[in-house]
Amino acid sequence: MQSDNNTIHPFHVDPSGFYGDFGGAFIPEMLFNNVEELRKCYLEIIESPAFQKEYHNLLRDFVGRPTPLYEATNLSKRYGARIFLKREDLNHTGAHKINNTIGQVILAKKLGKHRIIAETGAGQHGVATATVCALMQLECIVYMGSVDIERQAPNVARMRMLGAKVVPATSGSQTLKDATNEAIRDWINNPDDTHYIIGSVVGPHPYPDMVARLQAIISEEIKSQLFAKTGNENPDFVIACVGGGSNAAGAFYHFLDQPNVKLIGAEAAGEGIYSGKTAASLVVGKTGIIHGSMTSLMQTPDGQIIEPHSISAGLDYPGVGPLHAHLYHTKRASYLSISDQEAMDAAFELAGLEGIIPALESAHALAVLKKMKWKKSDIVVINLSGRGDKDLAAYMKNLETK
Amino acid sequence: MNRIDLLLKEANNKVVNIYLTAGYPTFESIVPIIQLLEQNGATMIEVGIPFSDPLADGPVIQHSSKIALENGMTTELLFHQLKEVRKISQIPLVLMGYLNPVIQFGVENFLKNASECEVDGLILPDLPPEIFEKDYQHLFEKYNIYPIFLVTPQTSEERLHKLDSLSKGFVYAVSSSSTTGKNTGFTDEHLQYFKRLASAGLKNPLMIGFGISTHQSLQTVFDFASGAIIGSAFIKSLDQKKTDFGIPAFMNQIINDK
Ligand SMILES: Cc1ncc(COP(=O)(O)O)c(C=O)c1O
Repeated sequence: MQSDNNTIHPFHVDPSGFYGDFGGAFIPEMLFNNVEELRKCYLEIIESPAFQKEYHNLLRDFVGRPTPLYEATNLSKRYGARIFLKREDLNHTGAHKINNTIGQVILAKKLGKHRIIAETGAGQHGVATATVCALMQLECIVYMGSVDIERQAPNVARMRMLGAKVVPATSGSQTLKDATNEAIRDWINNPDDTHYIIGSVVGPHPYPDMVARLQAIISEEIKSQLFAKTGNENPDFVIACVGGGSNAAGAFYHFLDQPNVKLIGAEAAGEGIYSGKTAASLVVGKTGIIHGSMTSLMQTPDGQIIEPHSISAGLDYPGVGPLHAHLYHTKRASYLSISDQEAMDAAFELAGLEGIIPALESAHALAVLKKMKWKKSDIVVINLSGRGDKDLAAYMKNLETK
Repeated sequence: MNRIDLLLKEANNKVVNIYLTAGYPTFESIVPIIQLLEQNGATMIEVGIPFSDPLADGPVIQHSSKIALENGMTTELLFHQLKEVRKISQIPLVLMGYLNPVIQFGVENFLKNASECEVDGLILPDLPPEIFEKDYQHLFEKYNIYPIFLVTPQTSEERLHKLDSLSKGFVYAVSSSSTTGKNTGFTDEHLQYFKRLASAGLKNPLMIGFGISTHQSLQTVFDFASGAIIGSAFIKSLDQKKTDFGIPAFMNQIINDK
């Protein structure tokens, strides 16, 4: 079935776990059994009626889906296009991350796992994981870089209140990459009872495809909501920020095979793509392997992974999901680099114009508005992946320096 | 004939394979360390190529890799150093590294350089066997570098034989499902697993690594396998303040319990 899909859909994963040249499962043998178990059963479980029922019920009653598709009229006036915001910030726990964790925790239960581990950058995925673990009464351990623990303190407190154990990752740059390393090491050391809920479309196959499918609810809803509002289910543009790329994968998913829908990802340029302090993995990266996946990553000529930099913890990752590497190299999607300051300005603009404080990650997607020429007739959907409460300290700092 | 085969065919003595991280503790310490190891009972050396994100390694090897990279170690410089090693030693050498630096160097270029340094085998823990067969097996053969695959307690019978059939020289059995350097002592469960491996009818000799840190654990492994690989315990013991790095004392302790 999968191979049939693949001949029709050049942008979906192939039976061996690749998107074109990207993806795969480059993992040590110690991880093989767990990853193989997932690979064998993830489609069957996710597509089963029982899973679908539990997943959709929880998304509706616990998460609060569908999230609104809001026509941002003030923003539209400013940029001269019809701009819609997909309000993933209104999900329970404040970001798109919970779409994935709800799905994976149901899957983990079906696999009989009772210990859940996760990595987190901004803390949104950690909170979303801690939340579903409380809901399902499962043990939860979240790895988080020490630097992120400091800059995302409110989310650390939320995870603890939800009963999760937050373990600092003290190696490397002490951010998302290092938290992911620690989570993978934990999984190697706990091969029987543990499920690793990866928070983005990264890692070894089947994670990129599995997480994309669980986030695909975003574009599924966009289609019907946009049809109700405009009479057309396909916008001209879909814009999303890209860290690992899960909210973008979800927002793009049902449009991948619609060539008229232009897909734009916003990567974190940090202090600038040539500054040496960036996280724009597609634009400055080179093909290689990170966290078990062949993809584009920031690395030295010798193949050592370079520490990324972004003001936004959720985008502070030196790699990117293999789907995006494939979309980038096939030019199906384009990827713009947004600097720390451009994101900051876009966040203040949205707060002032629409009364919505976005997450710093999502602000990168909003900043794309300034970088393009728009036509009045353009219908633009921006995926507002999360809310900005966790970033208030950074926003206050920006106010003070103004 | 490949040095690994020669060594394992003698088979009177069990193989003591010591893992070191290239570039640790100092940039050029590999030559004196290998010399000292050989003088003190090591019969095979596994040279770890430092990587920024060693997923399968515990804190000790993570730390040594970090220091090695800070010392300036690169793949190219390592090959220069291995040529120096070969001037003083004919000990079987196995390289172990994560796949990304090898891919960036170019897999064929890497194997060619390894062969020029008379390296005998290569362990790439995150290279999937299917990709190896499809893309790289013929290159390993061309340059006569033995591919060595890992097996774990979770590896199924079928896969064990598959990995054995792709390996040359020996099969590397990881003692328990863990990152490197977890030495909790061997339990009955370990022994049963070792027994299962020993009687699995593998075509290759078996070497066991991960978590071997004492004379006793070494002896246990010798009961079931052709040799043992000692990594973290050795790295931890390296003492920069001593001219002999503390190697004679470490080797004497672990081999002779003295
Ligand atoms: C609000 C928000 N948006 C985006 C991201 C980036 O992740 P991804 O690229 O997987 O959507 C994060 C990650 O923490 C996030 O919290």
